[in-house]
Amino acid sequence: MGLQTPLHQWHSSSGGRLVDFAGWQMPIVYSSIQEEHQATRQAAGLFDIGHMGRLRFEGKDAVRFLDHVLTNRVDTLAEHQVRYALVLSEEGGTLDDVLVTRCPDHHLLVVNASNREKLLAWFTEKIGSFDATMTDETLETAMIACQGPAAVKIASEVVEDDLDSMGYYTARPGSFAGSKLLVSRTGYTGEDGFEFIVRTEIAEWLWRALLEVGSSHGIHPAALGARDTLRLEAGMPLYGHELDETIDPLQVGLAWAVKSKSKDFIGKDALAQRDPVRPVRVGLELQGRKIPREGYEVLDAEGTTVGRVTSGSFTPTLQRSIAMAFVPPALAEIGTSLSVAVRGDAVPGTVVALPFYQRKKA
Amino acid sequence: MDESKLLYAESHEWVSESEGQCTIGITRFAVEQLTDIVYVELPEVGKTLSKGDPFGVIESVKAVSDLYAPVAGEIIETNTAVVDDPSILTEDPYDKGWMIKIKIVEPVDASSLLDKAAYDAKIQGDAGH
Repeated sequence: MGLQTPLHQWHSSSGGRLVDFAGWQMPIVYSSIQEEHQATRQAAGLFDIGHMGRLRFEGKDAVRFLDHVLTNRVDTLAEHQVRYALVLSEEGGTLDDVLVTRCPDHHLLVVNASNREKLLAWFTEKIGSFDATMTDETLETAMIACQGPAAVKIASEVVEDDLDSMGYYTARPGSFAGSKLLVSRTGYTGEDGFEFIVRTEIAEWLWRALLEVGSSHGIHPAALGARDTLRLEAGMPLYGHELDETIDPLQVGLAWAVKSKSKDFIGKDALAQRDPVRPVRVGLELQGRKIPREGYEVLDAEGTTVGRVTSGSFTPTLQRSIAMAFVPPALAEIGTSLSVAVRGDAVPGTVVALPFYQRKKA
Repeated sequence: MDESKLLYAESHEWVSESEGQCTIGITRFAVEQLTDIVYVELPEVGKTLSKGDPFGVIESVKAVSDLYAPVAGEIIETNTAVVDDPSILTEDPYDKGWMIKIKIVEPVDASSLLDKAAYDAKIQGDAGH
């Protein structure tokens, strides 16, 4: 059966193809992944991301606790600021990648659906000596993302607020139809956009309002399939693919979110002692239209297996076959020729810079 | 193609028999289930297939699937237009979107395949899952 977001009924009656995703019944596609992807790049995509975990931290030591379990600085967050961070194991492997937001009276952590239960257990184990409390608000709230170049216009109209004045990676309280919500200028698509957290009761109301206002701007409901191709083009890691408990953030190119020099956190010492020539994440662009899929082998010029694909697709925006893969650092330089074994054929490709796609800043 | 006169395989290929030849493609249901087809691979002309042999590959953003020969015979023609532009399949899976033509040795055993009614009943069941 699985967990359902408050938009479940809307999805099933609107042609959403529902699949199990991390214990949730979520739409993978409504009409076409490419159509939903393109709508998000050119106008706006509307995503139900209610499956993401939402954890609230309060108390005198909440900041100190979060700084203990996260790799990025929490103590220097300004009010309404959002920051990306990793949660590491004692061994330096990645337990999750998260967004932490400083709200006026608490801190909010948005975590991956697939890791919510694991993190609840992990934080419960570690929070004991801190004067801080953790509340899982995932099931009492909904989360909706409106992403794309038209998102700011659509969202501003719906919440009756000039959201264009918000900085990227900030969040602030807003109101919709008399109810409070949190508006965050963040996303997972490589576009400008907003993520809203609201009480479950008004989720469908907000969803429908965004669709209605957005219709003249070309908004399209978009599901997990498009979310995946969008984040892939944007070079963003996805937990379970580019991140897991065996992979540390430095391999993935996330050193900017790991503040080893200025703070202590769980996993810091282990991270410093990991193999200096461990594989690193690269972007690959392949010739032709065959899709380099997760698990496919990456080959060097001699045909020797040197790594593995972690995500790949034929991308709607770029109309090319692209992948993220892990290879030894010596083969990670941009321009290196590497191929991917696709059903017995070595498809030639090249290491390219990440992200594959970057929006033009207005 | 007149869909009511075609025969269908459980694996969603359709067959049209005419004068010792069969034209083969995949059904609209299959195309819709795959969504976002980006790549089609078809075999060389001259290759001989047994019934049930994989003859090609179809790849969508989500998944890769084999295509299976619903009848045995020798491949005499392939539709390179579909390889060059897989979106033809989405537009017209029964005519412009045909995939291969096979020279058959013996007439198609209709009892080993599904007629339109049986295929429709099957996909009703599939779609319900």
